[in-house]
This record gives sequence, C-alpha cells and structure tokens, in this order.
Amino acid sequence: MSAALIEVEHLTMRFGGLLAVDDVSFSARPREITAIIGPNGAGKTTVFNCITGFYMPTVGRLTVHAGDRPMLLERMMGHEIARKAGVARTFQNIRLFSGMTALENLLVAQHNRLMRASGWSVLGLIGAASFQQAEAAAIETARGWLERIGLLADADRPAGELPYGAQRRLEIARAMCTTPRLLCLDEPAAGLNPHESSELNELLVSIRDRDGVGVLLIEHDMSVVMSISDHLVVLDYGRKIAEGPPAQVRLDPAVIRAYLGAEEDEAANA
Amino acid sequence: MEPRLAPMLKDAAITAFVAAALGIFIVGFRTVDIGTGLGFEYHFVDLAIAVATVFCGRLGLSLAANGRRWPSMALGAVLILVGIAPMRMPSDFLHWFVALAGVLLIGRGISPWATDAVTSVQASPSGERAREVGTKWFGWMLLAAAVLLPFMPFVDQKTMDLSVLILTYVMLGWGLNIVVGLAGLLDLGYVAFYAVGAYSYALLSTQFGLGFWAVLPIAGMIAALFGVLLGFPVLRLRGDYLAIVTLGFGEIIRLVLLNWVDLTNGPAGIGSIPGPTLFGAVFSETPPAGQRSFSEMTGIAFDANHRLIYLYYIILLLALITNAFTQRMRRLPVGRAWEALREDEIACRALGINPTNTKLTAFAIGAMFAGFAGSFFAAKQRFISPESFVFIESAIILAIVVLGGMGSQIGIVLAAVLLIGLPEWFRELGSYRMLAFGLAMVLIMVFRPRGIVAHRRPSILLHPPNGRPPYLGGGR
Repeated sequence: MSAALIEVEHLTMRFGGLLAVDDVSFSARPREITAIIGPNGAGKTTVFNCITGFYMPTVGRLTVHAGDRPMLLERMMGHEIARKAGVARTFQNIRLFSGMTALENLLVAQHNRLMRASGWSVLGLIGAASFQQAEAAAIETARGWLERIGLLADADRPAGELPYGAQRRLEIARAMCTTPRLLCLDEPAAGLNPHESSELNELLVSIRDRDGVGVLLIEHDMSVVMSISDHLVVLDYGRKIAEGPPAQVRLDPAVIRAYLGAEEDEAANA
Repeated sequence: MEPRLAPMLKDAAITAFVAAALGIFIVGFRTVDIGTGLGFEYHFVDLAIAVATVFCGRLGLSLAANGRRWPSMALGAVLILVGIAPMRMPSDFLHWFVALAGVLLIGRGISPWATDAVTSVQASPSGERAREVGTKWFGWMLLAAAVLLPFMPFVDQKTMDLSVLILTYVMLGWGLNIVVGLAGLLDLGYVAFYAVGAYSYALLSTQFGLGFWAVLPIAGMIAALFGVLLGFPVLRLRGDYLAIVTLGFGEIIRLVLLNWVDLTNGPAGIGSIPGPTLFGAVFSETPPAGQRSFSEMTGIAFDANHRLIYLYYIILLLALITNAFTQRMRRLPVGRAWEALREDEIACRALGINPTNTKLTAFAIGAMFAGFAGSFFAAKQRFISPESFVFIESAIILAIVVLGGMGSQIGIVLAAVLLIGLPEWFRELGSYRMLAFGLAMVLIMVFRPRGIVAHRRPSILLHPPNGRPPYLGGGR
C-alpha cells in the first residue's frame, strides 16, 4: 500500500446546532480514484468544501503529502490550497467563467504560472520574449486539453454557450490546467446522458493513468462510481459507515441499509 | 386579417387622454411672480400641441405594429414637416418635440428592415469578422477626427471647451472601466481619487513650485496609494456592500477636503494653480518672471486659444494612454483574472487566484488614472474646491461606463459624448434640458439594455480569422 496523498483525520464540521460531518477519517492515494458516496444530505459536499478551503473545519486535520512535505490544508487561505497544495476542484453547479471563451477559461486556470512569467505584469506590458514564450506554452497546454475533451473547434466560443456536457468537461479541464496533485470532482456526471457519462469515465481514467493525478469524486451515478473507482468511502448522516474497494462496499450491510432503508422500513414500504 | 382602424383610434385617444391628464399640471400651468404674489400663466396651446403629437405618435405605433408601416411612416413625415414648419409655436421645444416624434415613427417603420439586414449579416460567418473590422475602423476614424478637431473651421472656443470636458470624462470612464467593467467591483466613490489627484497637483504646484509634468506621475501614485489604502480593508466585501463603502469613502474625502482648512483651504478652494507648460513655455500673454511664453518661443502671435488647444491635446494623450494600457492589461494574465473575478469569484479562489490582490491591482490602477485626470483638471481649471468632487460626478462616470456597455472601450466614448455632450448641446432647451437627458438615458436602456456596445471581444483567439498564431496578439 502506497502512502496517502491526502489524509482526512477526525474531520468534524458543525453549523450552529447542525452536525454536518461527524468525525470522518479516510485517506486517498495518488493515482487512484477515490469516490465518496452517500444519500442526499450525508455531508459529502461539506467534506469537499473543507478540503478545498471553502469551510474551516470545526475539528480535524487535513494533510496533503507532497513529496516529503506534509501540508495542513486547514491552515491555508482558500486560494493557497490550489496554488501550494495542488488541490483543484469542480463544483456541483458548474462555475465556469461563462462570458469568457473556453480558451480563456483554461488560461485563467494557469494564472499563477503566467503571472510569474509576466513579472507581475511588468514584463508582460513591455512584451518581453520570456513572457511570450510562457504564454505560448500555456496556450499549448490549453489546446492539448481542449483536444482531449473534444472542444478544440469551440475554443473561441463563450463557455456559457457550450452544451451542458461540454461545460462539465471544460470545468474538469480547467481544474487540470492548474496542474493539481489531487482533483476533487463534485458530481461530475450529474445531468449527463449515458453516452456523455461513459466519455466522462474515460476522461477520469486517463487523468488517473496518464496524468498521474489522484481523483476524489462525489457521485450519485453508480455506473460511474462502480466502474472506475478504486476506493469507496460511504457517508451517511455525516458519519463514515463503510470504506473499501467497490466490490466489498456494495455488499456491506450498513451501506445497503443506508441506501435502501432498514428491513422494517422495507416492510412498511412494500 | 384586416386590422381595423377604430380600435387603434380608440387606443390613441386613451393615450392622448392620459397625456393630457398628466400634462395639464406639468405643462398647462406655470406659477409666475406677478408682484402681488404668485399667479398662474396658462400654456394650454403647448398642451394641445403635445397631446396631439402623442395621439399621432401612438396611432403611428399601432399602425406599424399591425403591419401598416407605410401609413405610419407617412404620419411620421407629416409630424416632421409640422415640427420644422416656420409656423409660430409657443416654444422652440415643441418644434423639437413634434419633429422628434416624427423621426421616431419613421425609425420604427424602418427598424424591421434594419433588424433583418443586421441579423442576416450577423448570422453569416463573416458577420462576426465584419463587426470586428467595423469597430476597429470606427475607432480609428474617431481617433483621426479627435486629432484633427482643433483645426476644423467650424470649431469655436465653446466646442473646444466641451471637447476637453468630454475627453476628461472619456478618460475617467476608461479608468473606472478597469474597476467596474473588467473587475466587476461597483465603485461609487471614484471621484475621490479624482479629487486626490487634483489636490495633489494643486498643492504640490502652489506650495513647492513643481510643474505639471513632474507632478502628473506623483499625483497618479498618490491616488493609487489611496486606492490601496481604501481597497485593502474593504475588498473582501462584495457587490452592494462594496458600493456603499466606496460611496462613503468618496464623501469622506470630500469632507476632509472641506474641513482640513490648513491644508486645503477648505471651501474657499485653491486658486492660481499654474497651467501645464510645453517644454517650459507657459501659455500666457504676460509670462511670469523667469519664464517664456509659448508665443515667444515659437514666434507665433499670441492667441488665447493656444492654451485650450494644448490642454485638448494633453487630455487626448492621457486618455489614449489610459486606453492603450487597459487594452494591453486585458490581454495579460492579470486582466484575464480581473474578468474571471467579475464572472465568478469562488471559481477564481478554487483555481488558486488570490482575489484580494487581484482586486487591489484593479482598484489601484483605476485610482491612478483618476489621479492623472484629476491633476489635469486642476491644471485646466486653475482653481479647485471640494464643490467639484461631489457624488453626482461619480454617478455620471459610472453611468458612462454602464451605458457604454461594461468593459467596452468604444462604448464609453459614445456614452461620454451622449451624457456630457447632450446636456451642453441642449442648453437651448432651457428647463427641458434635463428632461431630454433623461429621455436619452431611458432610450439607451430600452433599446440597448446591456449598454451601447454590449459585445465582448475575447482577449485571445485560438483560431484567429486571419490565420496568425494566437499568441502574436490576436487583434485588439
């Protein structure tokens, strides 16, 4: 078993009187797809928001292992998590820069690298060759991603005009353009048709195998979860109820109970 | 189905009745001082003409809406003829009003064809390109016109004064566009930075004898510093909250200028501010001791207009620098980050962009250009007081940016000409002036709700139409 990429320890998140996440611990490994599943309101997105710095956890430690330096996410500012720890994310409701073109979206994602290359705009203003090279490289990266997600011809269209499935893929490509170690996807298959969702599977597998990025995934679509994930974490009412490889988790009685209800409920429903 | 005339006439009659009911108090009576007290002056002829025009206008609109464009346009032509006919009407404004109604009716008649033509052009693949080229040409033509303007035979001192004023607002609009149009930060106190720039120049020149060109960059820096000082604590706020804080900041600066009498001379203002010099030459018939005048230096006979023409070119240059800088920044990473912040701040944070720093740069750069414009204003007026930096100025600049189309450089020029130029040109309308101004604003908002130029040009194209590699600039 290789070392963990991210370790979540005793994560607890309380909103006033509501205990959204209760003492959840799990870890995700590099070059693996780890899926977090659970019924609605189980606290999956809250876990995500804690990892990506949108919430400050009430209790718990979130460690990213990059090389031999562990980094504590809960001590970082929101924007540092993507920049320093290399944790990128997508959103449940797509958050593209809809007025900007697909290409511009991918260039904004490479902001920090380009900002350094443009000498905090000074070199950029005078049109220095070093900046132009960096920008050309950034455009090549973006072009490569547009090709991988099949949007090369739509590069100059405003992102908001693209079809829904294309917007989902573009958001993933945008997150990947930040060159993350860990990619967090919040329901990437929501609203996709079966064809699009199998394309998504291929994309996620190639991100894992070709780019060597660890993927953390929240998903309801079991065809996606079961076919591509290497590791499953099941949450219910803010608590972790099971963890393990998909084949093992799907037989876990606690999981079946959480999804289908307890036996007396079944009897009542029947 | 044959549209029937009776319901249209009825509709027009109802509209005319409403107009009459509203107008009878607004137009029909006027209180005048008749020595022994207040008395009424009756303007029922004005009212009758206005109501008749409203009747014809409504009838024409209904006809046009029912496919009877030709009768509608004929009615419009009649109205124009009545408007320009040399008959006596109680006021000039009525001539304008009647003729304008006619023009609008004819416009309404033509608009379906125009719209068809425009849509068919835009739908074609070359349409996008045509618009691009059109905008570019329009921009260059405007620039050429602006450069040649002082030498046009019809241009008098009044026009020059107005042009300098319009260009000042164009520059302020372009500066604020960085903050509001690109970075999406609603700043209601922009005039504060303008004031900082103006007072920087006024104080540094009158107290330390520094020249305009030496102070210009300093004033910009001071204004930018104020931008950072204000921005640092408040840029965490969003939308309405930020707007309110900037509004407050604008007022605070004005009140400080008003009350810190030792430094700013308070409400009395600062006078005898030196004007800008050209290679050390001043624009005055009797130069102060130790200085040369422009006419002495060049041998051209003294003309009071030289100073104005020089001021005109300075503000034109400053405005063009603002524009070039903005255009360039838009294509740099920081410019794209500004636009991304405007679109979605949360997504920016998830991509590792520091929102506070990025907003701060936009705020500081916007403030810097206001500082430049402010020192120009002080050098032009030669007298400044807190009176010049009231909230309405911020509102006008913001209106220019919004009406121009957020983020559009050329739209701001058009909006500045409309918003600053119209009230000046309509001075003949007397008290109806602000009415015409309001009407123009309403019309813009009705017909171009997203601003005069609402089209956003991408900062970079992967497939540029002329086949150049994208990273070689990709057109303006």
